[in-house]
Amino acid sequence: MTAEEIVQLLQSHFGDAIVESKFDVPQPFVVVDSKRMKEVAFVLRDDEALQFDYCSCISGVDYNDGRLGAIYHLYSTVHRHKIVLKAFCTKENPHIQSVAAVWGGANWHEREAYDLIGIIFDEHPDLRRILLPYDWEGYPLRKDYKVPEFYNGMKVPY
Amino acid sequence: MIETRTLPTRYVTHPGEIKTSSGKTLRTDEMIINMGPQHPSTHGVLRLEVVLDGEIVVDVIPHIGYLHRCFEKHAEHMTNYQQVIPYCDRMDYLASMNNDWGYALAVERLMKIEVPPRVEYIRVIMAELQRIASHLIAIGTYGIDMGAFTPFLWCFRDRERILDLFEMTCGARLLYNYIWVGGLSHDLPPGFVEKAKDFCAYFKPNIKELNDVLSYNEIFVKRTANVGVLPADVAINYACSGPTLRASGVNFDLRRDEPYGVYDKFEWDVIVGKGEMGTVGDCWDRYMVRVWEMEQSVRIIEQALAQLPEGNVQAAIPKRIRPDAGEIYVRTESPRGELGFYIVSDGSGTPYRIKARSPAFVNLSVLPEISRGCMLADLVAIVGSIDIVLGEVDR
Repeated sequence: MTAEEIVQLLQSHFGDAIVESKFDVPQPFVVVDSKRMKEVAFVLRDDEALQFDYCSCISGVDYNDGRLGAIYHLYSTVHRHKIVLKAFCTKENPHIQSVAAVWGGANWHEREAYDLIGIIFDEHPDLRRILLPYDWEGYPLRKDYKVPEFYNGMKVPY
Repeated sequence: MIETRTLPTRYVTHPGEIKTSSGKTLRTDEMIINMGPQHPSTHGVLRLEVVLDGEIVVDVIPHIGYLHRCFEKHAEHMTNYQQVIPYCDRMDYLASMNNDWGYALAVERLMKIEVPPRVEYIRVIMAELQRIASHLIAIGTYGIDMGAFTPFLWCFRDRERILDLFEMTCGARLLYNYIWVGGLSHDLPPGFVEKAKDFCAYFKPNIKELNDVLSYNEIFVKRTANVGVLPADVAINYACSGPTLRASGVNFDLRRDEPYGVYDKFEWDVIVGKGEMGTVGDCWDRYMVRVWEMEQSVRIIEQALAQLPEGNVQAAIPKRIRPDAGEIYVRTESPRGELGFYIVSDGSGTPYRIKARSPAFVNLSVLPEISRGCMLADLVAIVGSIDIVLGEVDR
């Protein structure tokens, strides 16, 4: 299926949960309502015509305009088509619904996005830091992150 | 205020009681032990929190991050796209060529750069040599995990010859910085093609030798067959890739299914696990897929060497790389699986955001799923068969 057909199908299912779509870029994407991520994901995975069973990658991005985003790269091993999903949230209220129940592989990617960007994935089974120490403060990949001078009272030499 | 969840999850054990024959009551409980971070069979600094009921593994909680070197943060602070490449080298330090290629390809696709044909061929040769070298380490160290010392030495002996070829090409034996955006750092040295052909001829019989001493060894088969079975649907759901996915019987290889470089010009086969010694997707299958993949890599190298065209090794690209604002996700097949680079550009000379989707990171996340219910000693076999490189897991 082409990206246009996929988006049409999603729109017929969900209507206003599909916020925006863009096709004139190298990799077409769909923006999904961050509070309804999971139901959209379930349909993407289970619909006969879609079958996006392979969640390649989830990346968190700080857009430096008060928005954070999670970008999902999906692939279907059955139909061999691809789509990119995006979900946005604000820095003040960084909540996006988790899709770890849909794709097992999403679990660690979401933990990583939480760890480095600070997006909180609601309903995630085990949301905690994964790459950084448990007592790390702040989210290093945010654009306004200040490198701390001290870690646990120890001066960090540069 | 953002809510923070910093504490690790605690496993809730299930205390119980048993009666002995003399009528006494004994308290029983599950035991939590740490395997790693310094443990020879975790292949680096990986800590596994293992919950044990006697010798049976009830649950495994992997703790990673001991080797986190902030690749993504560093990449955002480079002054130039080319400067990221040495950092890519250091992610998966056993397959630096493949990492460099993945990153260079992503930037090239973002900028729509076409590289000269000679570059494409040399990249394929380098990537496949690197794949053999990486699989040799995986196989050799897996042998050690299972108590076979000899194959380890054989594998390292053969890998040395590949590293000699790399050293001859770019001076480095481990971290090459050879594949650049738009081409290569320099052309092949004189005599490389002959030496590479010699290596192929030398290496092919060694695979059979390796099979005789390790792959079909009775003890080795007993330790690995029917252990840690990863069913195909679970493998796909967890987005496993590379040999880990193919061993589960899924016929999927990015070199064939999303061709990049010149892979579509060669004749070779995608290896999938068949459950020859036990169940499809067990540790033996994951091991064996790597062995047969080395043979296919030799086939590709031989064809690429025979067809190697003459020409330039740098495309005409601007001195300072400034992709237009945009984003791209490009995935390539590294020895461990799908290596993806998601690059967001804001139109400046530095990447706005790079996310590296490392195959070992994702493959490791399936570990708890396949090791529940196995014996503690089998956990070593399962971890080894996934072939993780902690440098890449933690980035």
